[in-house]
Order: sequence, then C-alpha cells, then structure tokens
Amino acid sequence: MSEAALMILDTRRLLCPLPVIRTQDKVETMEAGDSLVIQCTDHGVINDIPAWCRINGHELVSIDEQDHEIVIEIRVGKTS
Amino acid sequence: MLSPKLWTTSTMPNTSNDKPQRKAVALVSGGLDSLLAVRVLQEQGIHVEGINFYTGFCVEGHTHAIRKKDRAKPKRNNALWSAEQLGIKLHIIDVSEPYKGVVLNPKHGYGANLNPCLDCKGFMVKEALEWMNKHDFDFLITGEVIGQRPMSQRKDTMPVISKESGAGDLLLRPLCAKLLPETKPEREGWVDREQLLDFSGRNRKPQMALAEKFGFTDYAQPAGGCCFLTDANYSSKLADLWQARGEKTYEIDDIVMLKIGRHLRPKPHFKLIIAREEGETNFLRGYRRSYLSLNTISHSGPISLIDGEANDEDLELAARLVARFSSGREADLVTVEVRQKNGEAKELKVKPLSSDDIPKEWYV
Ligand code: SF4
Repeated sequence: MSEAALMILDTRRLLCPLPVIRTQDKVETMEAGDSLVIQCTDHGVINDIPAWCRINGHELVSIDEQDHEIVIEIRVGKTS
Repeated sequence: MLSPKLWTTSTMPNTSNDKPQRKAVALVSGGLDSLLAVRVLQEQGIHVEGINFYTGFCVEGHTHAIRKKDRAKPKRNNALWSAEQLGIKLHIIDVSEPYKGVVLNPKHGYGANLNPCLDCKGFMVKEALEWMNKHDFDFLITGEVIGQRPMSQRKDTMPVISKESGAGDLLLRPLCAKLLPETKPEREGWVDREQLLDFSGRNRKPQMALAEKFGFTDYAQPAGGCCFLTDANYSSKLADLWQARGEKTYEIDDIVMLKIGRHLRPKPHFKLIIAREEGETNFLRGYRRSYLSLNTISHSGPISLIDGEANDEDLELAARLVARFSSGREADLVTVEVRQKNGEAKELKVKPLSSDDIPKEWYV
C-alpha cells in the first residue's frame, strides 16, 4: 500500500475565493487519504474552506490562526 | 440556520426507476434564484451539480476580509453556502483571464455602469456548456427570470444567451420555463414542464414564497447585481484606470486594488492608493515589491502605493499628500520614506498639504 502524501499549498495574499479554487485544483491531483496543508492570509478561508470540504466530502483536520496567517489542514476524501 | 437537507443520488426522488439518471449543471451565483432553480429540478429527481465562476469582479469574499473592522464577522461565500443547503457539489472555476475579453470588448455594450451583463451571461453559459460536455452532463440550468434585470434577463435577450453561448435548447431556466419555448430536457421528458414555473418581472414575492415552501430562510439578497461592475464608484475607478493608461487593459492586481483604499490622482500619469485602516495597510504592505510605496516615519500614518510613473517632483507632491493623511497633518514637517520596488529607500522631509490644497477632482 502506498503511503499517504502530505502536500503544502501557499495561497498567501490571495483573496477569497482564490484560496478555495487553488485548494480544489490541488486536491484534484491528490489521492483519497492524502493531506494538504494550506497557508492563507485572507480570513474568509475560515468559513470557506470548511464549507468547501463539507460539500465535497473532504475532512477538515485543523485550523490554526496566527496573527496574519491561517494554516488549514485537510484530508482528501473519496472523490466520485 | 437550516440544517442542510442532503440530496444525494440515492435519496433524490426518482420518478421512474427505469429512466437513466439525468444530470444538470447549474450556474450558482449564491443568490436566491439559482438556489430555487436547483431545488425545483432536484424535486424532479435530477442530479444537479453547481458551477460558479470567479471573474475577479465578484462581490463574494474579497475585501470583507481585508478591512479589520469586518474581520469579526467574516462573510460567508454565498455560492458555497447555497451548495451546502442544496446538498450539491460546487465547482468554482477561475475564468479571470478569458473574462477580460468580456469586460474590455462587450459586443452588446455595457449596462448602467461598466457591467457587460449580456455578454457576461453568454460567456458563463458557454463555459458551463464546455464543462457539461467534458463531464458528461445532460443539460444546463440558470436561475434567470424574465424581466428581472434590464439587460440580460429580458424575453428578447434570453434567446441571445442561448444562441451565442452555443447551448441552444440545452439551456433550461426552471423559474420561467413556462413562458419560454420548450427546451430539449422538457421535450425528451427528462423534466416535467408542468412542474416548472412562470415567474416574471422584478417582483420578488413569488421567489420568497417558494423559498418558504422549500424551507430556505437565510438566503442572500444581493442588491444591484453579483459583481462590482454594477457599482458606480467602482466603475468610475476602472474608467479612470483605462483613461490614465491610454488603453483598455487590466491585470487582476489592478482590479483588486480598485476595491481597496482611497484613490487620488494628482496628475494624469500617476495615482496614489492610500490605506484607510490597519487591515488595508497590512494588505498593501504585501504589494511593496510590485508598486513604489510611501510611508510616514516621523508620524504614524497609512501606507500608500503609487500606480503609474512618478518623477522627483511628483514624489514630493505624493509625499505631501500622504503626510496629509498621517497623524502629522498639522506638523511643519513630516518625514516620508519612499521605497522603490527593489527595496531601496530614501527619506523626504515635506510639509503636509492642507485640505484646501487637495482639489475634489483628485479623488477618483
Ligand atoms: S452583474 Fe456582473 S456578474 Fe452579473 S451578469 Fe452582470 S456583469 Fe455578469
């Protein structure tokens, strides 16, 4: 069995919904069970990325909010 | 808030088990009309997925998150919210590059401001059609209602959108379908025309009643339109940008900047973008490698960027203007740091302009 991958996506300075779009496009290239860490600066992602995960069946692992930066980890779900 | 009712292929009403499951792609803007249009089709057992286009001018998200005062209540993305309420997938597609052609050269012209609604709708339906073909869906739907918008949603312009997009009779508008010629999904019996609607005009009551019937309570009701191009202030800033550059062009950074800060144009060949508060200052600071920037250092004040070419005399004027917006506005001299894109910086000691020195026309 191949090991789950961990990838990092830098969306800093991009405004919503671009971080969601970049996340969506990245996830399309990944396998179920892989993890993606998304670095963001637009606070809109705190609502948008979890909503996007719920809609598309991905798991929100964590949201870590520091001063100017938000780091979100998600786990890729099964895509149909 | 309503808990979303999930419609999956297995839970959707299926009128007949021997019929193949038909699939529709819906243009989901985040407003009430597209929300209702999707639900009307779900009621008929159609599998629907949403598509939402990022043009660069969308009102969704964006600057709400930049201004610090708005941080406490970050805006939800209404398209994502709608999709969640409907239990459908949403595909958000970045069309900002090809969309330039629509904004710069609309075949059907602009509406009240720089909104090229008719070309825009045709473009979006065309993009959705390509997505539909690629993903093996059967037809397209939109939440359009006859007579609702002056340019794109008229009985005479709706066929233009169907025709120019190439979608033809694969484009169904469930909310006003009964007032329009039959489309292929109706003709083929994929959907029952009788259960579609006959909404028209600007009266929103029928939509609100239908929303209540379906149990939607917290939907978005955007005033004016779904993008900044319908906004008069925004459009005048865009027109100013084109005039100053001597040609109609823009980059994504330009159109984002038009939403941020005060814009003052003291000379035809340059303008200043001055942050209005801390959130904007933080955001503009990220652009110091792309624009020449000014910052007061003897007094607290906002960061400012220069868009255009400024010579030494212009920089002196810009520094005096920036000093006017700092806490040193009444001081004899204010020290302003002028920073090149490569990080090289020099200091200017200037007398702040008085408010009388700033003509109204400078404000873009
Ligand atoms: S309001 Fe903006 S997004 Fe909506 S149809 Fe008009 S130009 Fe397109």
